[in-house]
Amino acid sequence: MGAVVMLVIVSMVTFGIFFQLPKLAGQTTDQLAASYVGKAPTAEAIADVKERLGLDDPLAVQYGRFVKGVFTGQDFSNGPSVEHCAAPCLGYSFRTNEPVLPTLLDRAPVTLSLAVGASLIWLVAGVSIGILSALRRGTVFDRMAMATALAGVSLPVYFTGLVSMAVFVYTFRLWPNGVAYSDFTENPGLWAWNLVLPWVTLAFLYAATYARLTRSQMLETLGEDYIRTARAKGLPERTVIGKHALRASLTPIVTIFGLDLGLLLGGAVLTEQTFSLPGLGSLSIHSILSGDLPMVMGVVLLATVFIVFASLIVDILYAVVDPRVRLG
Amino acid sequence: MNKIKIGASLAACAVLAAGLTACGGDSESSGGTTSTAAYNAANTSVLNPSDKQGGELRFAMSSDWDSPDPGDTYYAFSWNFSRYYARTLVTFKNAPGAEGQQLVPDLAEDLGKASNNNKTWTYKLREGVKFSDGSEITAQDVKYAVERSNFTDELQGGPKYFAQYLVDNAGGYKGPYKDKAPAGLKSIKTPDKYTIVFNLNTPFAEFDYLAYMPQTAPVPRAKDNGLNYKKNIVSSGPYQIDSYDVGKSMKLSRNPHWDAATDPVRKALPDTISVALNQEQDDIDNKLMSGALDMDLAAGGVGPAAQPKVLGGTQKANSDAASGSALTYMTIDGRVAPFDNIACRRAVQYAIDKVSVQTSLGGPISGGDIASTVLPPTVVGHEEFNKYPSAGNAGDLAKAKEQLTECGKPNGFATKLTYRADRPKEVAAAESIQQSLGKAGIKVDLKGYPSGDYFTKYAGSPAFLKDNGVGMAMMKWAADWPSGFGFLQQILDGRTIKPTGNTNLSSTDLPKINKLFDRSTKEGDADARSKIYAQIDNLSMENADVVPLTYSVQLLYRPANLTNVVVSEFLGGQYDYVNLGLK
Repeated sequence: MGAVVMLVIVSMVTFGIFFQLPKLAGQTTDQLAASYVGKAPTAEAIADVKERLGLDDPLAVQYGRFVKGVFTGQDFSNGPSVEHCAAPCLGYSFRTNEPVLPTLLDRAPVTLSLAVGASLIWLVAGVSIGILSALRRGTVFDRMAMATALAGVSLPVYFTGLVSMAVFVYTFRLWPNGVAYSDFTENPGLWAWNLVLPWVTLAFLYAATYARLTRSQMLETLGEDYIRTARAKGLPERTVIGKHALRASLTPIVTIFGLDLGLLLGGAVLTEQTFSLPGLGSLSIHSILSGDLPMVMGVVLLATVFIVFASLIVDILYAVVDPRVRLG
Repeated sequence: MNKIKIGASLAACAVLAAGLTACGGDSESSGGTTSTAAYNAANTSVLNPSDKQGGELRFAMSSDWDSPDPGDTYYAFSWNFSRYYARTLVTFKNAPGAEGQQLVPDLAEDLGKASNNNKTWTYKLREGVKFSDGSEITAQDVKYAVERSNFTDELQGGPKYFAQYLVDNAGGYKGPYKDKAPAGLKSIKTPDKYTIVFNLNTPFAEFDYLAYMPQTAPVPRAKDNGLNYKKNIVSSGPYQIDSYDVGKSMKLSRNPHWDAATDPVRKALPDTISVALNQEQDDIDNKLMSGALDMDLAAGGVGPAAQPKVLGGTQKANSDAASGSALTYMTIDGRVAPFDNIACRRAVQYAIDKVSVQTSLGGPISGGDIASTVLPPTVVGHEEFNKYPSAGNAGDLAKAKEQLTECGKPNGFATKLTYRADRPKEVAAAESIQQSLGKAGIKVDLKGYPSGDYFTKYAGSPAFLKDNGVGMAMMKWAADWPSGFGFLQQILDGRTIKPTGNTNLSSTDLPKINKLFDRSTKEGDADARSKIYAQIDNLSMENADVVPLTYSVQLLYRPANLTNVVVSEFLGGQYDYVNLGLK
């Protein structure tokens, strides 16, 4: 129920930002329509486009049409014939006249590939480095690891991405034809090989955060009384760390991982742009830049669904990680 | 160069065309070829001439098409690329330099035959040319293509010249989607399967330039699904579109029904063509230089990051500084005092330091060559002259002062200059003009406006300029076809002045110039027309209300493995894609 309310609010806010804010800044629907016409918009062309897209209708009517489309579908006239977009229909792009939902579904696998691969890398790398750092607190390894992590947190993806491309693609020619996305279903090997750089670049950023977080959590936990008790009763160090300390430290990490993954599934804008990956992030940025409301709306709604869904998973995982919440 | 002779030989070529792929498609006889890669080599010759077939030609670009549908597109790169899958009545010649500005027959057997004082244009189609579905292309398919692209509400992406020049039906033709009557637009007649006749509402000597536009590429009515046609275009050219994944990619393969014997223009060398869309510009440039890509489809030149890499090293030999047919200029409004006095306008002409303007626009490569005429060198009718010369183009303050005295403002005056505030280079150029005019005592108040409203509300509204005492405006202009008429008419003909969306920013309305435009539309001889355009350019510079700043130039990169590479002046400084092949 909360999720549905969330979707309604998000869609209304997106609608409002798209139509109302420019209006407050003095933009007319003529100018909006003119941006969907070719290089030399004539008054007639603008009028035609406004009518076709219903841009002059009151905001509530336009929003109502959108919501109705979601539940009952929508008709779309391509000129000589009329197509029907079955429910749930998120409408048609103002710019390319493509139906929104199929476009989203077409782009989602790219973002999914990127996010899942990168998150596995950063989770494994970040958490293990964090644990090692905590256990070897103050050693050279700890200092080096934390310095690298600081760099990782500070360096933006479009920097590390471009540097890694300059080194590995254009200097060492490890990818002689450049990095380009290829479908998992066509060739899983090539799919993974072409995603290695984006994965590592994106994971570098997150792994750094996770390493620092894990380290501080671990240090905190290791100072707890029950750890001392566990050690005092003669449990092997493996069990102390792996079962008692790590488990307690993981709770906040699971929370943040869920949210990070949810956010990324809505589109890793910078990484997708840097590596020219045709995912949801690049779709959203191109749609925003070209003033393509239905497409922006679609991406925003899908991203909301991902985040809501990720939060749900996190809640379930809590129960697995922390026995105290199981009965709650 | 004698254009009449070349035109005549082309016509002869067309008659003999069947089987002779050398006609029109190859410029070896006159344009010159070379196999030595050198800086600017493709500006003056066809580089690496070859007939070798095979391979995949890989394009990429940083955006997507407006639409690849020939009836719904307005970008020059798209018009260039569409010739792989869309044959128009006529097209431009694959040749370097001025020769590349000429039109040659494509789907038609010859250029248009004018009659009725240039108000009726007749084209005869080649027989036996087929669509990719195997059906024969007829004049009705061309008529339908023009109707759908110019008269429907849905297809609004392209220009509407046909709607402007063709005689309309009584009551107004609503396009083939709404008006299902078989007659369609009555001013386009198809007396037989292969003949198409256009009846215009006004004499128009340059109608062939409209016949070149992708809107004359045939579309079979039964296969047209309007806005979605872009995803199942029926090809008339040597390649067919296997897939167009909006925002992602396009793939083309050979059209089995294309017959080289019917096509004197295209060599059709690669077996397949691919386009990657929405790619990072830096990535595109790097891939071009590393050989992982063959061509930047958008043809906007390499990005700022790659420019020094190209110009500074061994890569330079693989690049061309291609002149575009765009002019960056500043207009002076003769209705706004003190510019009602021509001497005050001339003072501005003399005072501006064009070198500093060029630098602020990005230097000789991205800023362009310093301009002294309205017509860029790549437009038919251009003649080189400079009415307001100064040493090193740095401005002549002494001459400017002289003119100011003559104008009755020996100590200068104050005026306003508009520009598009969201275009950094235009802002910098406006500031540079403010500085150089300041030295002559002309105080310039800068007025920046958003580019989205620039023509609708500000610079394009003559009333706004006059009421607010805005004497000068920044402007950049390129025409849809590279002739003096295409370039000049919308910016210098007094009858094109509109209350909003105006492009004649100087509000130039000289009877002499207007008459010359009328004469040019009736003049059948291309050479004579070209002289008229030069005359208009001269008159305009004499009138001193247009200050040419730079002719655009872009740095194009061509990997060494490409064959038949030539910069087309017709397209305003892009490589002509149609004959590219791989070594």
